[in-house]
Amino acid sequence: MRLIRELVFPLIAVFAAFLIGGIIVLLIGDNPIEVYRLMISSAFGLFDALGNFTFDNWGYTLFYATPLIFTGLAVALAFKCGLLNIGAEGQLYIGAFASAWVAITFSSLPGWSLIPLAIFAAIAAGALWGAIPGILKARFGAHEVINTIMLNFIAVGLVSYLTQNHYKTPGDPIMQTVPIADQAQIVRFHGLLSPLGIDFPQRIPLNITFLLALLTAFLVWVFLWRTKWGYEIRAAGASPSAAEYGGISVRTQIVLAMALSGALAGMVGINEVLGYRHRYYHDFSAGYGFAGIAVALLGRNHPLGVVLAAILFGALSRGGLFVDIFTDKVSKDLVQVLQAIIILFVAMEALFRGTFSKFLPAPAKKA
Amino acid sequence: MFRDIFNYTLIASTIRLATPLILASTGGLFSERSGVINIALEGMMLAGAFTAAVVTVFTANPWIGLLAAVVAGVLVAGIHGIATINFRADQVVSGTAINILFLGVPALLSGALFASTGATPQLPRDQVLPDLLIFDAQSSPMLASIFNQKPLVYFAVLVVALSVYILKRTRFGLRLRAVGENPEAADTAGVSVRGMRYSGVLISGALAALGGAYLSIGQNSLFTRNMTAGRGFIALAALIFGKWDPIGAMLACILFGFAEAISIRMQGTVDIPNQFIQMIPYILTMVFLAGLIRRATPPKSLGIPYVKE
Repeated sequence: MRLIRELVFPLIAVFAAFLIGGIIVLLIGDNPIEVYRLMISSAFGLFDALGNFTFDNWGYTLFYATPLIFTGLAVALAFKCGLLNIGAEGQLYIGAFASAWVAITFSSLPGWSLIPLAIFAAIAAGALWGAIPGILKARFGAHEVINTIMLNFIAVGLVSYLTQNHYKTPGDPIMQTVPIADQAQIVRFHGLLSPLGIDFPQRIPLNITFLLALLTAFLVWVFLWRTKWGYEIRAAGASPSAAEYGGISVRTQIVLAMALSGALAGMVGINEVLGYRHRYYHDFSAGYGFAGIAVALLGRNHPLGVVLAAILFGALSRGGLFVDIFTDKVSKDLVQVLQAIIILFVAMEALFRGTFSKFLPAPAKKA
Repeated sequence: MFRDIFNYTLIASTIRLATPLILASTGGLFSERSGVINIALEGMMLAGAFTAAVVTVFTANPWIGLLAAVVAGVLVAGIHGIATINFRADQVVSGTAINILFLGVPALLSGALFASTGATPQLPRDQVLPDLLIFDAQSSPMLASIFNQKPLVYFAVLVVALSVYILKRTRFGLRLRAVGENPEAADTAGVSVRGMRYSGVLISGALAALGGAYLSIGQNSLFTRNMTAGRGFIALAALIFGKWDPIGAMLACILFGFAEAISIRMQGTVDIPNQFIQMIPYILTMVFLAGLIRRATPPKSLGIPYVKE
C-alpha cells in the first residue's frame, strides 16, 4: 500500500505534464498523439522501422539516463540532510574536467591504474566543489542555494579558462581538451557483450558507467538507511535541533552531505569523459544538474525512485531527438518544457493531496 | 592601452549593462521583501525578452512589444505565485522549474513561429527602442554618449527611486515588509499575507520582464537562445549584495555592470583571462554572504510558506 502512495503522486504529475505538453503541441500545430507515439517508440521500441530487432532505442535511453541517475542521487542525498543542492551542474563540470585532466596528464600509467585514478579524480573534485557551500553554510550560515548558484557560474568559468588556455589542441576551433589516453577509455556495452556473442552496436555510447550508476544507487540506499552515518545525515535533515540534542553535530552532517552530494554529481564526468567523448568537451551538460532536481523530486528522494525517474527523463531526451527530426513544427525543446512542468507539478503536491488523497489508502501508522 | 579601456565610453557602457540588472534586481526585491525567494528572475527575463521581440516582429512597434513583455512577466510570475503561495511548493524548486521552462518555451515557439532554432528574426533599426536624444552627438560627444540612452535606462532609475519611497513611506510598502518579516503578526493585524506576497511576486515578474525586453529590443534587435546568459542570477546576487535594499541593490548592479563593461573591453587587449573578470560578481556575493565584508540579513520569513492558522 505504501508503494502505491509513493507512486501515485509522481505518476499524476507526469500525466498532467504530458497533458499540458499535448495542449502546447496542439496549439503549435502538430498532432500530440503522433508526437508522443514517436517519443515512446523511439525511446523504448525493440524493433526498428523495418521490423528488425534493435538495441538503439533502449541503448540510448539508458545512456542518457546515466548522468541523471548521478545528479538525481546527488540532489536526493543533500535533500535528506535538509539541503537543496542546485549546484550539481557546477560540480559535474569540475568532476568531468578533473577526470579528463588526470587521464591526459598521467597518460604513461597503464589502464588498470589510470581508470580508477581518473574515476577518483571526478569523485574527489566534485566532492570538493560540493563541500565549499557546505562549509560556508556550516561555518557562516550562508544559504547553500545562493552559493551553489554562484559556484555553478564560477565552475563553468574555471573549466572554460583551463580548456581554452591550457588543454586545447592549438588551433582547434571547438572548446574541448586534447583526447585522453587510449587506455583510460571505459569499455562500452559493445565490448562488454561481444564476447558473449551479443552484437551490441559500437556506435551506442552506453558504457559500464551505467552499471556503476546502478551500483551507486544501491550504495546510496545502503549508506542512507543502513549505516550510522546515513542515519545521522537523515536525522540532521529531519530535525536539526533534535539531532543536536541527540549528540549529532548538524554542522558536520551539512559538510558531509554536501561533499557526498558533490561527489555523486562529479561522477557524471566518468560517463561523459571516460565512457563517451574521451576528452573534456566544454558545455557538454544539457542541464543535467537541474534535471537532477526533477529526477530527485519525481523519485521521491529514494535511490530506486531516482533510477526510475532518470530512465523516464533519459527516454524523454532520446524521444526528443526524434520529435525534432520527424515532426513539422515541434522541436526537441518540448522535452525541456515537459521537464519543467513535471517539476512544477511534483513541487505542488498540495494541489494533488487535496484533490486525490481521499481516494488513497491512509498512511501507515508507525508502531 | 589604459586609455582604451578607461574613458567616458566605459561609463556609457556600464550604464547600458547595468540597466537590465537594475530592473530585474529591483523586481526581485519586491518578491523577496514579501517573503518569496525569486531565483526565477532569469526565466522571467527570458520570457520578457522573447515576448518583446516576437510582439515587435508582428506589430512593428517596440512599445507594444514592451507592454506585451510586462504582461508575459506578470503571467510567468503568476505561475510562481500559484505554485508557492497557494500550493506551498518549495520556492527554490518552483523558481528552478520556471528557469528551465523558459529555456524551452522560447525555443519551442520560435521553431514553430519562425522555423528557427531559438532566435527571432532581426528587427529593422527603426523598430527597436530609440535612444533619447538629450545632447547633440556632434557638439558634445561625451555627454551624448553617456546620457543619450534608451528610455528604459531612465525608467530604471525612476523605479529605484519609487521603490525607496514605496517601501519606506507607503502603507503598501510597510505591509509588504511586515509580511516578509513576520507574516503571523501581519495576518493578526489584518494584512492579507497572500495578497501582499502576490503583489511582490507579480511586480518582480513585470520588472524582470522589462529587463529582458531591454536586452532583446533595446540593446539588441532580436531574441537569441538563452540571451540573458545568467543576468537574472547576477541580479539576484546584486540584490543580496545590496542587502535587500533598493539603493544598495542598484549600486551593486552598477558595480557588476562595470565589471562586465571592463571584461568586454579587455578582450584581446589585456592578459587577464575574461573568465576571471566575469566571475567577480559571483565571488563577491559568496564572500559577502559568508559575512566577511559585512553581514547580509535576508527578510526573516524568506522562503517559508505561510499557512493560515
